[in-house]
Amino acid sequence: MTTLTHLDRLEAESIHILREVAASMQNPVMMYSIGKDSSVLLHLARKAFYPGPIPFPLLHVDTTWKFKEMIAFRDALNDDPQTELLVHINQEGVEQGIGPFTHGSAVHTDVMKTQGLKQALDKYKFDAAIGGARRDEEKSRAKERIFSFRSAQHRWDPKTQRPELWSLYNARIKPGESVRVFPISNWTELDIWQYIYQENIDLVPLYFAAERPVVERDGIMVMVDDGRLPLEPGEEPMMKKVRFRTLGCYPLTGAVESSASTVTEIIEEMLRTTTSEREGRAIDKDAPASMEMKKQEGYF
Amino acid sequence: MDGYAAPDFANIEEYLDSQLKKSLLRFITCGSVDDGKSTLIGRLLYESKMIFDDQLASLKNESKKFGTQGEEIDFALLVDGLAAEREQGITIDVAYRFFATERRKYIVADTPGHEQYTRNMATGASTADLAIVMIDARKGVLTQTRRHSFIVSLLGIRNVVLCINKMDLVGYDRDVFDKIEADYRAFAADFGFENIQAIPVSALAGDNIVDHSENTPWYDGPPLIEYLDTVEIASDVKDQPFRMPVQWVNRPNLDFRGFAGQILSGSLKPGDGVRALPSGKSSKVARIVTMGGDLDEAVEGQSVTLTLEDEIDVSRGDVLCADKQPAEVSDQFQATMLWMSDSAMLPGRSYVMKIGARECQMQVTEQRYRIDVNTRAHEAAKTLDLNEIGIVNIALDRDVAFDAYQDNRRMGGFIVIDRMTNETVGLGLINFALRRASNIHRQSMDIGKELRASMKGQKPVMLWFTGLSGAGKSTVANLVEKRLAAMGKHTYTLDGDNVRHGLNNDLGFTDADRVENIRRVGEVAKLMLDAGLIVLVSFISPFRAERRIVRQMVEDGEFWEVFVDVPLDVAESRDVKGLYKKARAGEIKNFTGIDSPYEAPTDPEIHIDADRLSPEAAADVVIARLEQAGLIGS
Ligand SMILES: Nc1nc2c(ncn2[C@@H]2O[C@H](COP(=O)(O)OP(=O)(O)OP(=O)(O)O)[C@@H](O)[C@H]2O)c(=O)[nH]1
Ligand SMILES: [Mg+2]
Repeated sequence: MTTLTHLDRLEAESIHILREVAASMQNPVMMYSIGKDSSVLLHLARKAFYPGPIPFPLLHVDTTWKFKEMIAFRDALNDDPQTELLVHINQEGVEQGIGPFTHGSAVHTDVMKTQGLKQALDKYKFDAAIGGARRDEEKSRAKERIFSFRSAQHRWDPKTQRPELWSLYNARIKPGESVRVFPISNWTELDIWQYIYQENIDLVPLYFAAERPVVERDGIMVMVDDGRLPLEPGEEPMMKKVRFRTLGCYPLTGAVESSASTVTEIIEEMLRTTTSEREGRAIDKDAPASMEMKKQEGYF
Repeated sequence: MDGYAAPDFANIEEYLDSQLKKSLLRFITCGSVDDGKSTLIGRLLYESKMIFDDQLASLKNESKKFGTQGEEIDFALLVDGLAAEREQGITIDVAYRFFATERRKYIVADTPGHEQYTRNMATGASTADLAIVMIDARKGVLTQTRRHSFIVSLLGIRNVVLCINKMDLVGYDRDVFDKIEADYRAFAADFGFENIQAIPVSALAGDNIVDHSENTPWYDGPPLIEYLDTVEIASDVKDQPFRMPVQWVNRPNLDFRGFAGQILSGSLKPGDGVRALPSGKSSKVARIVTMGGDLDEAVEGQSVTLTLEDEIDVSRGDVLCADKQPAEVSDQFQATMLWMSDSAMLPGRSYVMKIGARECQMQVTEQRYRIDVNTRAHEAAKTLDLNEIGIVNIALDRDVAFDAYQDNRRMGGFIVIDRMTNETVGLGLINFALRRASNIHRQSMDIGKELRASMKGQKPVMLWFTGLSGAGKSTVANLVEKRLAAMGKHTYTLDGDNVRHGLNNDLGFTDADRVENIRRVGEVAKLMLDAGLIVLVSFISPFRAERRIVRQMVEDGEFWEVFVDVPLDVAESRDVKGLYKKARAGEIKNFTGIDSPYEAPTDPEIHIDADRLSPEAAADVVIARLEQAGLIGS
């Protein structure tokens, strides 16, 4: 008799959720951020609808400040007949010259990511956006439903979430409203890595240690990914063996020194670590409730 | 992030393998406000080394700012993740957290104690295998302890850990502990719990969480983590036959038709007989398809795609069952219901039910009784308010496949959705079917509505006059009927006052009775339509939802909503029957427009400005519109 492992059960739950979105929403989309969680989500979506194609497009909201290797990895998806990739850039933001150095990380993230996302959802009239957020990432994420309702203004109201019983998801909305759906809510960071290992899932090489040019700023190691990073007087990029635990806009994502160049080495390193995954993200540090506020405003 | 204590492993592959072999336990903490549930979860996370340095540093900061423990760490802040929760020092919504020990992986749902947020507690409980019921040693068993324990028992959780907390505040007194344990066991005696393990703890100080506490030498049971690690949890669907609701029909090309879903119980091999419900058609499993290759066997919990040997009609929402042990099929049930909305459950109102992968329309036909959560006494009540529990009879607009909730949670649990707000307003557990679908055949008639109507040379239609008392509904309806009669049409008028004297003389003016009033009138009017008549209905019918139900009972185009519209002050100044005066004086209760709402039609077929138009002119408008639509006349 087959017995299921913990990962088997998580996988089955996620597939169930993906099929529910596809079957009950008119026009769903999967948020594709190119990171490891998105890669796992994409793999799960392939499994959910095999042998058919994935019945919804992927959407990348490009802030124009992503690592070059991320963009190359993303564009390789265009060759895959089973997936359809959409890329959205907030053109207003580009015209205003918004960027993390000129406007600060908060404004940059809000305009290029949160507003960009809302523009894209409105433009394509998506009524469901599937995301790879996990409850173990952050305190307010731990409070989020799997089918999480959003008003016509894309707002999350954490105080009036719909009760969510068993695995019965209430997907009913009025025109203009939408849901965010989180199929890997119950996975932990270790589960993600262990699944990547088990299923041999392809990742952006930035997750693995290599010699890369970095500068150190406010205790965060920033990679010099292109010429747009303004160097301060006396600042010299140094080659260091580093990798990234999470990926975002390169100026806002801290590298860690590491020699882990395989998935098992990464897991081993993670087991010995004493800081959380999001510490390398400048975005969460502003205030304790900052993630909750961003989410209320429509951030993923 | 997972709580993998100090990593001691020689070989990473071995370590990963050992992780895979760990079993998973899902539990909740519940109980009354401030009993220490969140503090306990925070403590468990901390003890299982899953709080990182940066998180601990920010916890210390926040404890100073929001904490309830002075300079000390407030562990509840690890779990109470919403700004409003930290400000108020209470839990509002359920938080899901993760940790692991050497033996098990855990998903914990920390639920709120406040009565107001009971629905969030139920959310957490619906997926749990075990419940930790917290009690403040100084307070003992409270109403919320009883309510939560009752919900835990209803939802089918059989294992309870009774954490008697804040022992530090009662001097670790054994007598206090013994008395609370005895109280709890007495009231939970018939809850069907298989195990109740009572443990004296201090979530704040850490007593009996990981190790035996020196402060309670008289306690010889296991500390909490040891108990959680070793308690046996039998799968609640262990002996249940194969069930798989079809979520998705996978049809990438003409050669492949697969039925995708998650197996709720039982197992399956290629060649096994399956039956699709509610249709009852049988076939055999051809293949069990997954991206990793076809399987020889699929078991409870797996998400798979099945192909069948025969081309039988199966769509989303149908349930594939073991051919020899199929589920039941019915459209009428008795169910236990927990209401989760501020607007009361009203019998007769139309709601949406979601069960498995199917949505259908449901009505509560009758509430048998309500259950007092404190005493569990049965109380006579027709409706359910927020957080109330009742036993109800339910009718659906179609057959569904199900098993009783107590046999199979995911085959017998359903949610109730409000049709207008789309909120999830209730949860229900099917107890049994009130009739089997196979026994009932609606009598099919040889003489139909069309024939009856054409013999009268007319098209049947229902003119539904709605508006405030005194708006002139009956006057206009009466004039319209006279005109129709003069044209040789066969008509009948149902008038609110008249029907209330006869058919509905058992109904009053509460919201529930108003709903039932309209339901009955709607059914009678529908029979008259079927007889081929033009039916005029003249009822205040203040609620939009009920008018819509009647609209849905009949065919498209048969229901004509006629809104006889006057402002309240005009109707009140006319006051033909002197009723407004009495209502204002408080002599009549629940009077529409005064202390009971009137929900005006948003999109009526005919809108009559009865303030401006005379009744004769209003009747002209109605007749003209019916002629335009080709329903009467030349
Ligand atoms: N002395 C003492 N105080 C405790 C203990 N456990 C919790 N507390 C305190 O009791 C208060 C309430 O604790 P919480 O953990 O927020 O209670 P809760 O049950 O989660 O409350 P709700 O979720 O709002 O229902 C806080 O001030 C805690 O510090 C304990 O074992 N001993
Ligand atoms: Mg709490």
